[in-house]
Amino acid sequence: MNVSIQREDFDAAREIAALRAGDAGVGAVVSFIGTVRDRSAGNGAVDTARMELEHYPGMTERAIEAMVAAAHERFRIIAARVIHRVGVLQPLDQIVLVVVSSSHRGDAFAACQFLIDYLKTQAPFWKKEHRPDGTAEWVDARVADDAALERWGLSSGNAS
Amino acid sequence: MQVTVRYFAALRETLGGQETVQVAGGATLGALRDQLIASGPRHAAALQRGRALRCAVDQVLTDESAVLADDAEVAFFPPVTGG
Repeated sequence: MNVSIQREDFDAAREIAALRAGDAGVGAVVSFIGTVRDRSAGNGAVDTARMELEHYPGMTERAIEAMVAAAHERFRIIAARVIHRVGVLQPLDQIVLVVVSSSHRGDAFAACQFLIDYLKTQAPFWKKEHRPDGTAEWVDARVADDAALERWGLSSGNAS
Repeated sequence: MQVTVRYFAALRETLGGQETVQVAGGATLGALRDQLIASGPRHAAALQRGRALRCAVDQVLTDESAVLADDAEVAFFPPVTGG
């Protein structure tokens, strides 16, 4: 299983070890970990007490599996693993892990970035930030994330 | 024919998680959205045109030109913010 949506935390070292276990054709492993920040505004003020992540069970898994398949078509990679957490998360918590293995580093770096750029604008997840004062609001999609996907020649249509 | 409509995130908070809706055979997703907008003020506010919304049919992202089949699972939700 290369895609998991789960409430539990993950162990990146264990996932990396599992992805490359027994495959001496692997020469490079690149990983990305997204973590919960305690600030969302541009001014650096601490404004996030906790974060809630909602997803669309079934569709989210299928969408990310299709992204992994697209990464295999575009890049010479050997394997990929994506874990995304849902539920209530605290600042400092890990949210998302993307790990890609390949023979050489170039394709692993590119595919890892491709997968996280793709996931951020096309996988059905929604973040709600809870403020220290007890209020909460849904996070707005960022135009910069659309631009990140468009660098790969894919149109986003998410924030814009 | 009948379709299931699911809502997520802010739309779920105002419209509930899902509802069953009767639509004309061969209706498009856009026609379903129009019908829902006409069904009441909460739906009108949540689904109004010009509001950034994304939609899926049978768990695949699509646009309002998609033609619905009987028993389709339709979803409306805000722009996504994972990662």
